[in-house]
Amino acid sequence: MDNSNQVISEDARKEIEALFHHLPHKQAACIDALKIVQKYNRWVSDEALVELAPILEMKTHEIDSVATFYNIIFRKPVGRHVIFLCNSVSCWVMGYEAIHKAVKDHLNIDFGMTTPDDRFTFLPIPCLGTCDHAPALLVDEDLYRDLKPEQISEILAKYE
Amino acid sequence: MAKIYVDNIEYEVPDGKNMLEACTSLGLDLPYFCWHPKMHSVGACRQCAVMSYRDENDTRGRITMACMLDANDGTRISINAQPAKDFRAGNIESLMINHPHDCAVCDEGGECHLQDMTVMSGHNYRRYRFQKRTHNNQDLGPFINHEMNRCIQCYRCVRFYNDYAGGGDFGVFASSGRVYFGRSEEGTLESEFSGNLVEVCPTGVFTDKTLHKHYTRKWDLTSAPSICQGCSVGCNILTSERYGKLRRVMTRFNGDVNGYFLCDRGRFGYEYVNDEQRLTRAAQKDQNSGTDAFSAMKDHLASNPKLIGIGSPRASLESNFLLKQLVGADNFYNGVSAIENEVVNEVLNVLVKGNVRTPSLAEIETYDTVFVLGEDVTNTSPMIALALRQAAKNLPKEKAFALKIQHWNDAAIREVVQDEKGPFYLATPYATKLEEIATSSVHGNTKSLVQLSSKVADLISKGGDHQEDNDFAYRVANALTLSKKPLIVSGCGMMSKEIIRCAANIAGALRNAGKEVGVVFSVPEVNSLGMALLGSAGSLDDAILQTEKESGMTSIVLETDLFFRTNSQKANSFFEHSGKTILIDSLENNSTPNADFILPAGTFAESSGTMINNEGRAQRFYQVFKPNNDIKSSWAWLDMLMHQAEKERNFDAIVEEMANSVNAFQPISGLAPHADFRIGTQKIPRASHRFSGRTSMNADVNVHEPKPPVDEDSPLSFTMEGYHGKAPSSDIPFFWSPGWNSVQSINKYQIEVGGPLHGGNPGIRLIEPSESGVSSFEVNDGSADNGKIEALPSWFIFGSGELTAKSQAIMKRIEPAIISVSSATLKNSGIEGNGKITINSGEQKLTLPYKVDENVPAGVVLIPYGLADTMGITFPIYGNISMD
Repeated sequence: MDNSNQVISEDARKEIEALFHHLPHKQAACIDALKIVQKYNRWVSDEALVELAPILEMKTHEIDSVATFYNIIFRKPVGRHVIFLCNSVSCWVMGYEAIHKAVKDHLNIDFGMTTPDDRFTFLPIPCLGTCDHAPALLVDEDLYRDLKPEQISEILAKYE
Repeated sequence: MAKIYVDNIEYEVPDGKNMLEACTSLGLDLPYFCWHPKMHSVGACRQCAVMSYRDENDTRGRITMACMLDANDGTRISINAQPAKDFRAGNIESLMINHPHDCAVCDEGGECHLQDMTVMSGHNYRRYRFQKRTHNNQDLGPFINHEMNRCIQCYRCVRFYNDYAGGGDFGVFASSGRVYFGRSEEGTLESEFSGNLVEVCPTGVFTDKTLHKHYTRKWDLTSAPSICQGCSVGCNILTSERYGKLRRVMTRFNGDVNGYFLCDRGRFGYEYVNDEQRLTRAAQKDQNSGTDAFSAMKDHLASNPKLIGIGSPRASLESNFLLKQLVGADNFYNGVSAIENEVVNEVLNVLVKGNVRTPSLAEIETYDTVFVLGEDVTNTSPMIALALRQAAKNLPKEKAFALKIQHWNDAAIREVVQDEKGPFYLATPYATKLEEIATSSVHGNTKSLVQLSSKVADLISKGGDHQEDNDFAYRVANALTLSKKPLIVSGCGMMSKEIIRCAANIAGALRNAGKEVGVVFSVPEVNSLGMALLGSAGSLDDAILQTEKESGMTSIVLETDLFFRTNSQKANSFFEHSGKTILIDSLENNSTPNADFILPAGTFAESSGTMINNEGRAQRFYQVFKPNNDIKSSWAWLDMLMHQAEKERNFDAIVEEMANSVNAFQPISGLAPHADFRIGTQKIPRASHRFSGRTSMNADVNVHEPKPPVDEDSPLSFTMEGYHGKAPSSDIPFFWSPGWNSVQSINKYQIEVGGPLHGGNPGIRLIEPSESGVSSFEVNDGSADNGKIEALPSWFIFGSGELTAKSQAIMKRIEPAIISVSSATLKNSGIEGNGKITINSGEQKLTLPYKVDENVPAGVVLIPYGLADTMGITFPIYGNISMD
């Protein structure tokens, strides 16, 4: 079988299938399978959903229902790093707007956009669970708290 | 019965209801969106909020969703309490935030549940000043228009399409304010029931694309109660007209038949009525048209008394009856092939002589175990398939009821049931769509299915527990024996008398075993069973033989295209051997050029009559408009021919004559009110009291307002004048109630919501089994055609119906004619590679492209029934296949 056009790699497929051992139905692996696809591909494309459907024994639209429900499953391409800036009430009170402006000015992109060099995607997130250290943002899996606008360029410089 | 209190007034309501159902049944106005009488409650939309109180001393109360509240003894609520009113007003304001202000250009406008509920809830001014969310719409195919911006997220569409109708290509995406209902990618909705989204959606997200092509507001439509002519089920429909064109078909609620739903063939297969191929003038070949032609016909009949008549299963009972009267019983032939005639007669035979009752369409939903023998019901009688899908849920639902979950608590029941299905077995000649829900299925040729089902009947007769076995017949027999309410479903799809008998025998064996068993047969056409009850001297084949024997007879062909019913050689022979031919039909077809006289027949839109469905239920349909050409009901033409008259008799007189002369039809005279029926002094108007443009709508032709047409055949009038209250249940021309402009106004016409119409559901059953009936019919399973290939028909909801296939939207869904065959069969016949194959039985020969389908049993080929390339074939064919 020619697998060269597949968007879900053999490794990703094996990782998904490994989930089935501890689950009552294959469908129960849906969310984790989407996370695995995203881990390998950065995002979940239409083609990936079509390939996932027979693996999970689900219909494409059913997987898409789950994928589109969660805001950190990406159904559009994202950059190599994803910045989540909290725009919820505590961060907003504590200076979110200045942080937002700092990121915007530094990268020249606003929410929902990706830098032309594919390095960063900038997204809002409703809460990072760290209100006592607001304002906060998350880059990939790194959390930054008690932010000042002048820290932004230094933080983002760490990510290539 | 339970005593409940609504705003401190005591009411008695049946047990097991929720408060929304109870209040709605009491005629109280309580707004709702997500609840549907057939799909019940999920408590999602929050619109039916009421105050509920612990007891009469509770003065504070709390907000509760009425649809999720049991109507138990002592339940106490208030609809009018200010907090409840405020909650509902706030709720609808939120729902309306993103709703566009496009009612004026929305096809739902004027019959929109969202409009009605917004008005009812008192949300008058939009305070939201910001941008609305917008969505991209999808092209969902030729039937349904998609406008997602109008969505209020009630979830009714997915609940109908997926949960109720078993669709698999439609879903819900994203979350909160971005929720989207559609397909995972743009494309035609695959479900046979997609058209119901038009009625299920409370607003204009899903609208009728065929209506859009000639759009008219509901209040400007002239509508009439009618019967769908798309298959033998006889769903109740509302037809609507303006400017002499049929504009749309909607569901007419009948609690015994189709309830709230229709299939897509029925809903969208009406467009042939407006076709350019319609016959509109009485005509004489190569001569003048109009009155002269008709006089010439009468003169011809007066001097040529030797007649032969071809009746039709797509013509009304009255038309067929009058033709039989005109030509004489010995010269009246059924316009279908010998084999179809034989099979339909067999259905009637087992229903009349057998001891098993055939349930109504609504009753099919109540059985718990199903065995389908030989019939592709999804394609031959789609609404039976929809009912069977509900039956398959009955046993799994018992688990939920055991947990004390209420019958109406849809979300909780689905949580318990998950994907589980009740016992559901299929034995068919090819893989059908119902296999999605089947416990197990087998495919076989006629002989093997006859043997299999005979074995099932035997095993049931022998009684006792059968060993758990992998053998299909054992498993079916066991499941049926264990069942409380088994249902056997079969039909004429395989064109086999033996299959009909086998189904009857299984049902008979279960009846003898004391089961509350039902048997359902799908028959080929809308009035096939009516034709069988009327009786004829023989089939079309017999008629052709008769003309060959005695040539020169004047033939009267009623709503039959001979080239659709038999091969062209036979059809041509008929026309050659007939003397003059009078053809009464609605559309130009291959037979019309062969006729000497043509009389333009009304379709169900321009004629009235009675049809008898597969259950033996007589149902009346009414014309919706009087065309401004020669078109008349076929029975009217025949009556005028018979009496050499200028004008036909009144419809009631003909029904009366028929009821008096055919014993089985006696009850039909009481089927619906007679033409002289009045409410007070008033007729029942086909048009709404808001009908507009009456004085000017024909101004392009004549500035003087013409005299409105008069309907002498029914209690209905063609105009807006008349009694605007509730009409008798058989004569409801449209559903409307003050404040309820949408289809949800059906609530106001029912004794209790979801239950029968006031005055009882219309229709009269003509066939009931007798206790002393036969439980076993002789089956001949020997087949003389050993070694030959059996060609069986494969059925298509879009394409196999003669007239609906000529509707534009349906045409876009018709698949090309391709023979299906398994690779084993091809190999045995030495066929390789691509191309066309020929099936040849000596008598019949057909060449078509083929595709390999491994689900087709060895020794069988499938030929699509009734498509342009396959019409006139009579099944089954026994012969051999070869490469073209």
